[in-house]
Amino acid sequence: MPLVSFHDVQKTYRSLHGVDYPALEHFSLDIEVGEFFCLLGPSGCGKTTVLKMLAGFEAPTAGRILMDGRPVTGASRDRGVVFQGDDSLYGWLTAAENVEFGLRMRRIGKPERRERAMRYLDLVGLRGQAKKYPAELSGGMKQRIQIARVLANEPKMLLMDEPFAALDAQTRALMQVELASIWRATRTTVLFITHDIDEAVILGKRIGVMRAGPRSRVKGVVEVSLNGARSRTDDAFLAYYKQVYEMIRDEVATSLSRAD
Amino acid sequence: MRLARYLWTEYGTYTLGFASLFVIWQLTSIYLVGSVLFPPPTLVFRKGLVLARSGVLLEHLAASLQRILAGFVAGSLLGIPIGLAMGSFRPVRRLLEPYTEFLRFIPSVAMITVAVIWFGIGEASKIFLIIYTTIFIVILNTAAGVSAIAPNKIRAAESLGATPAQIFFHVALPATVPYILTGMRLAMANSFTTIVAAELIAANDGLGKMLWDGRLFMLVDDIFVSLVTLGLLGFVTDRLFRWAIYTFAGKYSPAT
Repeated sequence: MPLVSFHDVQKTYRSLHGVDYPALEHFSLDIEVGEFFCLLGPSGCGKTTVLKMLAGFEAPTAGRILMDGRPVTGASRDRGVVFQGDDSLYGWLTAAENVEFGLRMRRIGKPERRERAMRYLDLVGLRGQAKKYPAELSGGMKQRIQIARVLANEPKMLLMDEPFAALDAQTRALMQVELASIWRATRTTVLFITHDIDEAVILGKRIGVMRAGPRSRVKGVVEVSLNGARSRTDDAFLAYYKQVYEMIRDEVATSLSRAD
Repeated sequence: MRLARYLWTEYGTYTLGFASLFVIWQLTSIYLVGSVLFPPPTLVFRKGLVLARSGVLLEHLAASLQRILAGFVAGSLLGIPIGLAMGSFRPVRRLLEPYTEFLRFIPSVAMITVAVIWFGIGEASKIFLIIYTTIFIVILNTAAGVSAIAPNKIRAAESLGATPAQIFFHVALPATVPYILTGMRLAMANSFTTIVAAELIAANDGLGKMLWDGRLFMLVDDIFVSLVTLGLLGFVTDRLFRWAIYTFAGKYSPAT
Protein backbone atom coordinates (compact mmCIF):
# COMPACT_ATOMS: atom_id res chain seq x y z
CA MET A 1 0.00 0.00 0.00
CA PRO A 2 1.37 3.46 -0.88
CA LEU A 3 1.93 5.89 1.99
CA VAL A 4 -0.04 8.61 0.23
CA SER A 5 -2.55 8.40 -2.56
CA PHE A 6 -4.54 11.04 -4.42
CA HIS A 7 -7.70 9.54 -5.96
CA ASP A 8 -9.24 11.54 -8.78
CA VAL A 9 -8.79 14.81 -6.87
CA GLN A 10 -10.36 18.01 -8.10
CA LYS A 11 -9.71 21.51 -6.82
CA THR A 12 -11.64 24.54 -7.99
CA TYR A 13 -10.94 28.07 -6.79
CA ARG A 14 -13.60 30.74 -6.87
CA SER A 15 -12.40 34.25 -7.59
CA LEU A 16 -13.76 37.39 -5.94
CA HIS A 17 -15.89 37.96 -9.04
CA GLY A 18 -17.48 34.55 -8.61
CA VAL A 19 -15.65 32.96 -11.55
CA ASP A 20 -14.58 29.34 -11.02
CA TYR A 21 -11.05 28.31 -11.86
CA PRO A 22 -10.54 24.52 -12.07
CA ALA A 23 -6.90 24.24 -10.96
CA LEU A 24 -6.79 20.43 -10.74
CA GLU A 25 -9.00 17.78 -12.30
CA HIS A 26 -8.69 13.97 -12.24
CA PHE A 27 -5.46 14.32 -10.33
CA SER A 28 -4.22 10.92 -9.16
CA LEU A 29 -0.86 10.04 -7.66
CA ASP A 30 0.69 7.47 -5.31
CA ILE A 31 3.76 8.10 -3.15
CA GLU A 32 5.55 5.09 -1.67
CA VAL A 33 7.05 4.82 1.80
CA GLY A 34 10.62 6.11 1.94
CA GLU A 35 10.78 7.56 -1.54
CA PHE A 36 11.88 11.01 -2.64
CA PHE A 37 9.14 12.16 -4.99
CA CYS A 38 9.60 15.33 -7.04
CA LEU A 39 6.51 16.99 -8.45
CA LEU A 40 7.62 19.09 -11.40
CA GLY A 41 5.56 21.47 -13.46
CA PRO A 42 5.38 24.87 -15.14
CA SER A 43 4.42 27.84 -12.99
CA GLY A 44 0.72 28.10 -12.25
CA CYS A 45 0.05 24.41 -12.83
CA GLY A 46 -1.17 23.74 -9.31
CA LYS A 47 1.89 22.04 -7.76
CA THR A 48 1.60 24.07 -4.60
CA THR A 49 -2.14 23.35 -4.44
CA VAL A 50 -1.31 19.62 -4.36
CA LEU A 51 1.06 20.20 -1.43
CA LYS A 52 -1.39 22.43 0.45
CA MET A 53 -4.10 19.79 0.19
CA LEU A 54 -1.82 17.00 1.38
CA ALA A 55 -0.60 19.21 4.22
CA GLY A 56 -4.24 19.72 5.20
CA PHE A 57 -4.22 23.51 4.74
CA GLU A 58 -6.86 23.28 2.00
CA ALA A 59 -9.56 20.71 1.29
CA PRO A 60 -10.09 19.21 -2.19
CA THR A 61 -13.30 20.16 -4.01
CA ALA A 62 -13.82 16.50 -4.94
CA GLY A 63 -11.90 13.23 -4.77
CA ARG A 64 -9.97 11.63 -1.90
CA ILE A 65 -6.52 12.09 -0.41
CA LEU A 66 -5.42 9.18 1.78
CA MET A 67 -2.43 8.73 4.02
CA ASP A 68 -1.93 5.25 5.50
CA GLY A 69 -5.38 4.51 4.11
CA ARG A 70 -7.04 7.26 6.15
CA PRO A 71 -8.40 10.48 4.62
CA VAL A 72 -6.47 13.70 5.26
CA THR A 73 -8.73 16.05 7.21
CA GLY A 74 -6.39 18.79 8.40
CA ALA A 75 -2.82 19.60 9.32
CA SER A 76 -1.04 16.96 11.35
CA ARG A 77 2.42 16.39 12.70
CA ASP A 78 2.61 13.30 10.46
CA ARG A 79 3.29 15.67 7.57
CA GLY A 80 5.99 18.26 8.25
CA VAL A 81 6.08 21.21 5.87
CA VAL A 82 9.11 23.19 4.65
CA PHE A 83 7.91 26.46 3.14
CA GLN A 84 9.41 28.40 0.27
CA GLY A 85 10.06 31.66 2.12
CA ASP A 86 11.37 32.31 5.62
CA ASP A 87 8.12 33.80 6.96
CA SER A 88 7.23 30.55 8.73
CA LEU A 89 10.16 30.85 11.15
CA TYR A 90 9.53 32.41 14.55
CA GLY A 91 11.60 35.58 14.71
CA TRP A 92 11.41 35.81 18.52
CA LEU A 93 12.90 32.35 19.02
CA THR A 94 16.53 31.34 18.53
CA ALA A 95 17.51 28.76 15.90
CA ALA A 96 17.52 26.00 18.54
CA GLU A 97 14.16 27.13 19.97
CA ASN A 98 12.67 27.12 16.47
CA VAL A 99 13.91 23.57 15.92
CA GLU A 100 12.46 22.31 19.21
CA PHE A 101 9.10 24.08 18.73
CA GLY A 102 7.19 20.91 17.84
CA LEU A 103 8.75 19.00 20.75
CA ARG A 104 7.83 21.82 23.15
CA MET A 105 4.23 21.69 21.94
CA ARG A 106 4.22 17.99 22.83
CA ARG A 107 5.57 18.88 26.31
CA ILE A 108 8.78 16.93 25.91
CA GLY A 109 11.19 17.88 28.72
CA LYS A 110 13.73 20.61 28.12
CA PRO A 111 16.93 18.50 28.35
CA GLU A 112 15.61 15.95 25.86
CA ARG A 113 14.28 18.43 23.36
CA ARG A 114 17.44 20.54 23.54
CA GLU A 115 19.50 17.42 22.92
CA ARG A 116 17.35 16.49 19.94
CA ALA A 117 17.39 20.03 18.55
CA MET A 118 21.18 20.05 18.70
CA ARG A 119 21.33 16.69 16.93
CA TYR A 120 19.26 17.98 14.02
CA LEU A 121 21.05 21.34 13.93
CA ASP A 122 24.21 19.26 13.62
CA LEU A 123 22.67 17.30 10.76
CA VAL A 124 22.01 20.50 8.78
CA GLY A 125 25.44 21.91 9.72
CA LEU A 126 24.23 24.68 12.04
CA ARG A 127 25.38 23.57 15.50
CA GLY A 128 27.37 26.79 15.89
CA GLN A 129 24.34 29.01 15.15
CA ALA A 130 22.00 27.54 17.81
CA LYS A 131 21.71 30.75 19.84
CA LYS A 132 21.19 33.10 16.90
CA TYR A 133 17.84 34.56 15.88
CA PRO A 134 16.52 34.01 12.33
CA ALA A 135 17.13 37.67 11.44
CA GLU A 136 20.85 37.09 12.07
CA LEU A 137 21.05 34.16 9.64
CA SER A 138 21.42 34.01 5.85
CA GLY A 139 18.69 32.73 3.52
CA GLY A 140 20.34 29.31 3.17
CA MET A 141 20.75 28.96 6.94
CA LYS A 142 17.10 29.85 7.49
CA GLN A 143 15.98 27.11 5.11
CA ARG A 144 18.21 24.65 7.01
CA ILE A 145 16.53 25.72 10.26
CA GLN A 146 13.18 24.95 8.66
CA ILE A 147 14.41 21.51 7.57
CA ALA A 148 15.86 20.78 11.03
CA ARG A 149 12.64 21.99 12.69
CA VAL A 150 10.58 19.56 10.65
CA LEU A 151 13.00 16.63 11.00
CA ALA A 152 13.28 17.07 14.79
CA ASN A 153 9.53 16.55 14.99
CA GLU A 154 9.98 13.14 13.30
CA PRO A 155 7.05 13.25 10.87
CA LYS A 156 6.04 10.33 8.66
CA MET A 157 6.77 12.46 5.64
CA LEU A 158 8.24 15.77 4.55
CA LEU A 159 6.43 18.20 2.27
CA MET A 160 8.76 20.70 0.64
CA ASP A 161 7.36 23.59 -1.41
CA GLU A 162 10.18 24.90 -3.62
CA PRO A 163 12.30 25.34 -0.50
CA PHE A 164 15.40 26.50 -2.36
CA ALA A 165 13.72 28.73 -4.97
CA ALA A 166 14.59 31.96 -3.16
CA LEU A 167 18.28 31.09 -2.71
CA ASP A 168 21.17 32.10 -4.95
CA ALA A 169 22.43 29.48 -7.42
CA GLN A 170 25.53 28.42 -5.43
CA THR A 171 23.69 28.08 -2.14
CA ARG A 172 20.88 26.20 -3.88
CA ALA A 173 23.30 23.66 -5.39
CA LEU A 174 24.91 23.14 -1.99
CA MET A 175 21.54 22.72 -0.26
CA GLN A 176 20.49 20.13 -2.85
CA VAL A 177 23.57 18.04 -2.12
CA GLU A 178 22.96 18.32 1.63
CA LEU A 179 19.28 17.46 1.35
CA ALA A 180 20.14 14.40 -0.75
CA SER A 181 22.57 13.17 1.88
CA ILE A 182 20.10 13.91 4.71
CA TRP A 183 17.49 11.89 2.84
CA ARG A 184 19.91 8.98 2.36
CA ALA A 185 20.65 9.10 6.10
CA THR A 186 17.03 9.33 7.33
CA ARG A 187 15.03 7.71 4.49
CA THR A 188 12.03 9.88 5.31
CA THR A 189 9.37 10.01 2.61
CA VAL A 190 9.57 13.34 0.77
CA LEU A 191 7.23 15.18 -1.55
CA PHE A 192 9.34 17.89 -3.15
CA ILE A 193 7.70 20.57 -5.30
CA THR A 194 9.84 22.32 -7.92
CA HIS A 195 9.75 23.96 -11.35
CA ASP A 196 13.44 23.26 -11.90
CA ILE A 197 14.21 20.13 -14.02
CA ASP A 198 17.82 20.07 -12.86
CA GLU A 199 16.77 20.08 -9.21
CA ALA A 200 14.22 17.33 -9.81
CA VAL A 201 16.76 15.05 -11.51
CA ILE A 202 19.40 15.69 -8.83
CA LEU A 203 17.02 14.86 -5.98
CA GLY A 204 14.11 12.72 -7.15
CA LYS A 205 13.79 8.97 -6.98
CA ARG A 206 10.68 9.47 -9.05
CA ILE A 207 9.67 12.62 -10.90
CA GLY A 208 6.03 13.41 -11.59
CA VAL A 209 5.59 15.86 -14.45
CA MET A 210 2.41 17.92 -14.37
CA ARG A 211 0.37 19.33 -17.21
CA ALA A 212 -0.09 23.10 -17.58
CA GLY A 213 -3.18 24.42 -15.79
CA PRO A 214 -6.12 24.76 -15.73
CA ARG A 215 -7.44 21.21 -15.17
CA SER A 216 -3.94 20.05 -14.42
CA ARG A 217 -2.95 16.51 -13.50
CA VAL A 218 0.09 14.26 -13.69
CA LYS A 219 1.24 13.82 -17.28
CA GLY A 220 3.72 11.08 -16.52
CA VAL A 221 6.16 9.74 -13.94
CA VAL A 222 9.86 9.20 -14.59
CA GLU A 223 11.75 6.71 -12.42
CA VAL A 224 15.33 7.83 -11.81
CA SER A 225 17.59 4.85 -11.17
CA LEU A 226 20.76 6.63 -10.13
CA ASN A 227 22.25 5.55 -6.83
CA GLY A 228 24.28 7.58 -4.35
CA ALA A 229 25.40 11.14 -5.00
CA ARG A 230 24.48 12.34 -8.48
CA SER A 231 26.62 14.36 -10.82
CA ARG A 232 25.34 16.81 -13.40
CA THR A 233 28.03 15.69 -15.87
CA ASP A 234 27.06 11.98 -15.91
CA ASP A 235 25.62 10.72 -19.18
CA ALA A 236 22.83 9.02 -17.24
CA PHE A 237 21.95 12.32 -15.54
CA LEU A 238 21.84 14.07 -18.90
CA ALA A 239 19.66 11.34 -20.37
CA TYR A 240 17.12 11.75 -17.56
CA TYR A 241 17.31 15.50 -17.90
CA LYS A 242 16.53 15.20 -21.61
CA GLN A 243 13.68 12.79 -21.01
CA VAL A 244 12.01 15.08 -18.45
CA TYR A 245 12.72 18.14 -20.55
CA GLU A 246 10.93 16.59 -23.56
CA MET A 247 7.93 15.89 -21.34
CA ILE A 248 7.64 19.34 -19.86
CA ARG A 249 8.58 21.47 -22.89
CA ASP A 250 5.10 21.51 -24.42
CA GLU A 251 3.52 22.18 -21.04
CA VAL A 252 5.69 25.23 -20.45
CA ALA A 253 4.81 26.53 -23.91
CA THR A 254 1.11 26.00 -23.18
CA SER A 255 1.32 27.73 -19.83
CA LEU A 256 3.13 30.69 -21.40
CA SER A 257 0.60 31.07 -24.23
CA ARG A 258 -2.25 30.98 -21.69
CA ALA A 259 -0.61 33.61 -19.55
CA ASP A 260 -0.70 36.12 -22.47
CA MET B 1 40.15 57.80 21.41
CA ARG B 2 37.89 55.12 20.06
CA LEU B 3 35.52 55.66 22.96
CA ALA B 4 35.48 59.38 22.23
CA ARG B 5 34.63 58.72 18.60
CA TYR B 6 31.93 56.26 19.62
CA LEU B 7 30.39 58.77 22.03
CA TRP B 8 30.54 61.47 19.38
CA THR B 9 28.87 59.44 16.64
CA GLU B 10 26.31 58.06 19.09
CA TYR B 11 25.41 61.16 21.10
CA GLY B 12 27.51 64.07 19.76
CA THR B 13 25.35 65.28 16.86
CA TYR B 14 22.29 64.63 18.95
CA THR B 15 23.51 66.85 21.78
CA LEU B 16 24.54 69.43 19.20
CA GLY B 17 20.99 69.43 17.80
CA PHE B 18 19.56 69.99 21.25
CA ALA B 19 22.06 72.73 22.06
CA SER B 20 21.26 74.55 18.80
CA LEU B 21 17.58 74.57 19.76
CA PHE B 22 18.33 76.48 22.94
CA VAL B 23 20.88 78.78 21.28
CA ILE B 24 18.40 79.79 18.58
CA TRP B 25 15.69 80.26 21.20
CA GLN B 26 18.02 82.46 23.26
CA LEU B 27 19.07 84.59 20.27
CA THR B 28 15.52 84.98 18.93
CA SER B 29 14.20 85.94 22.33
CA ILE B 30 16.84 88.55 23.08
CA TYR B 31 17.67 90.08 19.68
CA LEU B 32 14.60 89.46 17.54
CA VAL B 33 11.61 89.66 19.89
CA GLY B 34 12.95 91.41 22.96
CA SER B 35 9.71 91.17 24.90
CA VAL B 36 8.83 89.85 28.36
CA LEU B 37 6.18 87.77 26.61
CA PHE B 38 8.90 85.53 25.12
CA PRO B 39 11.51 84.90 27.83
CA PRO B 40 14.92 83.44 26.86
CA PRO B 41 15.84 79.91 28.05
CA THR B 42 18.31 81.25 30.65
CA LEU B 43 15.49 83.08 32.38
CA VAL B 44 13.16 80.09 32.10
CA PHE B 45 15.75 77.77 33.64
CA ARG B 46 16.38 80.18 36.50
CA LYS B 47 12.65 80.38 37.18
CA GLY B 48 12.45 76.59 36.82
CA LEU B 49 15.13 76.18 39.49
CA VAL B 50 13.26 78.48 41.85
CA LEU B 51 10.03 76.55 41.32
CA ALA B 52 11.85 73.24 41.69
CA ARG B 53 13.49 74.31 45.01
CA SER B 54 10.16 75.44 46.43
CA GLY B 55 8.68 72.06 45.49
CA VAL B 56 5.87 73.58 43.40
CA LEU B 57 7.17 72.23 40.11
CA LEU B 58 7.64 68.73 41.45
CA GLU B 59 4.15 68.73 42.90
CA HIS B 60 2.56 69.61 39.54
CA LEU B 61 4.80 67.23 37.68
CA ALA B 62 4.04 64.33 40.02
CA ALA B 63 0.31 65.02 39.76
CA SER B 64 0.34 64.91 35.94
CA LEU B 65 2.67 61.94 35.76
CA GLN B 66 0.61 59.88 38.20
CA ARG B 67 -2.55 60.42 36.17
CA ILE B 68 -0.81 59.54 32.93
CA LEU B 69 0.70 56.35 34.34
CA ALA B 70 -2.49 55.13 36.00
CA GLY B 71 -4.61 55.75 32.90
CA PHE B 72 -1.99 54.46 30.49
CA VAL B 73 -1.46 51.20 32.35
CA ALA B 74 -5.20 50.61 32.82
CA GLY B 75 -5.95 51.52 29.20
CA SER B 76 -3.25 49.17 27.90
CA LEU B 77 -4.32 46.30 30.16
CA LEU B 78 -7.88 46.67 28.87
CA GLY B 79 -6.93 47.35 25.25
CA ILE B 80 -4.51 44.45 24.66
CA PRO B 81 -6.95 41.57 25.35
CA ILE B 82 -9.76 43.33 23.48
CA GLY B 83 -7.45 43.89 20.50
CA LEU B 84 -6.28 40.27 20.57
CA ALA B 85 -9.86 39.01 20.64
CA MET B 86 -10.89 41.35 17.82
CA GLY B 87 -7.95 40.30 15.68
CA SER B 88 -8.44 36.59 16.33
CA PHE B 89 -12.20 36.12 16.10
CA ARG B 90 -14.29 37.59 13.31
CA PRO B 91 -17.58 37.73 15.30
CA VAL B 92 -15.85 39.64 18.10
CA ARG B 93 -14.45 42.05 15.55
CA ARG B 94 -17.87 42.60 13.98
CA LEU B 95 -19.40 43.08 17.40
CA LEU B 96 -16.86 45.58 18.74
CA GLU B 97 -15.88 47.45 15.59
CA PRO B 98 -18.87 49.84 15.84
CA TYR B 99 -17.57 50.91 19.27
CA THR B 100 -13.96 51.44 18.22
CA GLU B 101 -14.79 52.95 14.83
CA PHE B 102 -17.31 55.36 16.35
CA LEU B 103 -15.56 56.35 19.56
CA ARG B 104 -12.08 56.82 18.19
CA PHE B 105 -13.32 59.79 16.16
CA ILE B 106 -14.54 61.58 19.27
CA PRO B 107 -11.33 63.18 20.53
CA SER B 108 -10.55 62.73 24.22
CA VAL B 109 -10.41 66.53 24.51
CA ALA B 110 -14.09 66.63 23.57
CA MET B 111 -14.81 64.04 26.26
CA ILE B 112 -13.45 66.36 28.99
CA THR B 113 -16.87 67.95 29.33
CA VAL B 114 -18.75 64.74 30.12
CA ALA B 115 -15.83 63.39 32.16
CA VAL B 116 -16.06 66.37 34.49
CA ILE B 117 -19.86 66.10 34.70
CA TRP B 118 -19.65 62.38 35.50
CA PHE B 119 -16.56 62.19 37.69
CA GLY B 120 -16.00 65.72 38.97
CA ILE B 121 -12.66 67.55 38.79
CA GLY B 122 -10.78 64.98 40.89
CA GLU B 123 -8.47 62.17 39.80
CA ALA B 124 -11.25 59.96 38.43
CA SER B 125 -12.09 62.22 35.49
CA LYS B 126 -8.41 62.53 34.44
CA ILE B 127 -7.76 58.81 34.66
CA PHE B 128 -10.94 58.14 32.70
CA LEU B 129 -9.74 60.49 29.96
CA ILE B 130 -6.28 58.91 29.75
CA ILE B 131 -7.81 55.43 29.57
CA TYR B 132 -10.11 56.75 26.85
CA THR B 133 -7.25 58.20 24.84
CA THR B 134 -5.06 55.08 25.31
CA ILE B 135 -7.44 52.22 24.76
CA PHE B 136 -8.45 52.71 21.11
CA ILE B 137 -4.91 53.07 19.77
CA VAL B 138 -3.82 49.99 21.68
CA ILE B 139 -6.85 48.00 20.48
CA LEU B 140 -6.41 49.01 16.83
CA ASN B 141 -2.67 48.28 16.78
CA THR B 142 -3.06 44.95 18.57
CA ALA B 143 -5.84 43.83 16.22
CA ALA B 144 -3.82 44.96 13.18
CA GLY B 145 -0.84 43.02 14.55
CA VAL B 146 -2.88 39.83 14.83
CA SER B 147 -4.15 40.12 11.26
CA ALA B 148 -0.62 40.84 10.01
CA ILE B 149 0.75 37.46 11.17
CA ALA B 150 2.10 35.55 8.17
CA PRO B 151 -0.30 32.62 7.51
CA ASN B 152 2.72 30.32 7.12
CA LYS B 153 3.62 30.91 10.80
CA ILE B 154 0.25 29.48 11.80
CA ARG B 155 0.41 26.68 9.21
CA ALA B 156 3.88 25.65 10.32
CA ALA B 157 2.67 25.42 13.94
CA GLU B 158 -0.34 23.34 12.85
CA SER B 159 1.83 20.85 10.99
CA LEU B 160 4.22 20.71 13.93
CA GLY B 161 1.31 19.49 16.03
CA ALA B 162 0.31 22.64 17.97
CA THR B 163 -3.25 22.92 19.29
CA PRO B 164 -5.29 26.10 18.64
CA ALA B 165 -4.60 27.29 22.21
CA GLN B 166 -0.88 26.66 21.78
CA ILE B 167 -0.93 28.54 18.48
CA PHE B 168 -2.51 31.51 20.25
CA PHE B 169 -0.01 31.65 23.12
CA HIS B 170 3.14 30.54 21.32
CA VAL B 171 2.66 32.10 17.87
CA ALA B 172 -0.09 34.73 17.64
CA LEU B 173 0.70 36.51 20.90
CA PRO B 174 4.50 36.84 20.52
CA ALA B 175 4.12 37.75 16.83
CA THR B 176 1.84 40.63 17.88
CA VAL B 177 4.07 42.06 20.63
CA PRO B 178 5.85 44.61 18.35
CA TYR B 179 2.48 46.01 17.25
CA ILE B 180 1.24 46.17 20.86
CA LEU B 181 4.36 48.08 21.90
CA THR B 182 4.00 50.51 18.98
CA GLY B 183 0.38 51.12 19.96
CA MET B 184 1.40 51.77 23.57
CA ARG B 185 4.07 54.22 22.48
CA LEU B 186 1.60 56.19 20.39
CA ALA B 187 -0.90 56.08 23.26
CA MET B 188 1.73 57.51 25.59
CA ALA B 189 2.18 60.52 23.30
CA ASN B 190 -1.59 61.02 23.19
CA SER B 191 -1.79 60.85 26.97
CA PHE B 192 0.39 63.93 27.26
CA THR B 193 -1.90 65.95 25.01
CA THR B 194 -4.98 64.83 26.85
CA ILE B 195 -3.72 65.36 30.38
CA VAL B 196 -2.69 68.96 29.67
CA ALA B 197 -6.03 69.74 28.05
CA ALA B 198 -7.92 68.17 30.95
CA GLU B 199 -5.87 69.98 33.58
CA LEU B 200 -6.28 73.29 31.74
CA ILE B 201 -10.02 73.02 32.12
CA ALA B 202 -10.56 71.28 35.43
CA ALA B 203 -7.87 70.46 37.97
CA ASN B 204 -6.36 71.59 41.26
CA ASP B 205 -2.80 70.72 40.28
CA GLY B 206 -0.72 69.38 37.40
CA LEU B 207 1.32 70.94 34.60
CA GLY B 208 -1.84 71.99 32.75
CA LYS B 209 -3.09 73.80 35.84
CA MET B 210 0.28 75.52 36.07
CA LEU B 211 -0.12 76.74 32.48
CA TRP B 212 -3.59 78.06 33.20
CA ASP B 213 -2.53 79.87 36.35
CA GLY B 214 0.34 81.39 34.42
CA ARG B 215 -2.09 82.84 31.90
CA LEU B 216 -4.47 84.00 34.64
CA PHE B 217 -1.79 85.87 36.63
CA MET B 218 0.40 86.83 33.65
CA LEU B 219 3.33 84.70 34.91
CA VAL B 220 4.91 84.19 31.49
CA ASP B 221 8.02 82.57 32.95
CA ASP B 222 5.88 79.98 34.75
CA ILE B 223 4.11 79.15 31.49
CA PHE B 224 7.43 78.50 29.80
CA VAL B 225 8.70 76.41 32.71
CA SER B 226 5.61 74.23 32.36
CA LEU B 227 6.04 73.98 28.56
CA VAL B 228 9.70 72.99 28.80
CA THR B 229 8.90 70.47 31.55
CA LEU B 230 6.23 68.90 29.33
CA GLY B 231 8.65 68.66 26.44
CA LEU B 232 11.38 67.11 28.56
CA LEU B 233 8.98 64.75 30.33
CA GLY B 234 7.56 63.53 27.03
CA PHE B 235 11.02 63.12 25.55
CA VAL B 236 12.38 61.21 28.55
CA THR B 237 9.34 58.90 28.80
CA ASP B 238 9.50 58.08 25.12
CA ARG B 239 13.22 57.35 25.36
CA LEU B 240 12.65 55.15 28.41
CA PHE B 241 9.91 53.30 26.55
CA ARG B 242 12.16 52.75 23.54
CA TRP B 243 14.98 51.64 25.80
CA ALA B 244 12.67 49.19 27.58
CA ILE B 245 11.48 47.77 24.25
CA TYR B 246 15.04 47.41 23.05
CA THR B 247 16.28 45.81 26.27
CA PHE B 248 13.42 43.54 27.21
CA ALA B 249 11.69 42.91 23.90
CA GLY B 250 14.48 43.42 21.34
CA LYS B 251 13.93 39.95 19.95
CA TYR B 252 10.31 40.89 19.20
CA SER B 253 11.45 43.54 16.74
CA PRO B 254 9.32 43.41 13.59
CA ALA B 255 12.39 42.59 11.43
CA THR B 256 11.21 39.08 10.60
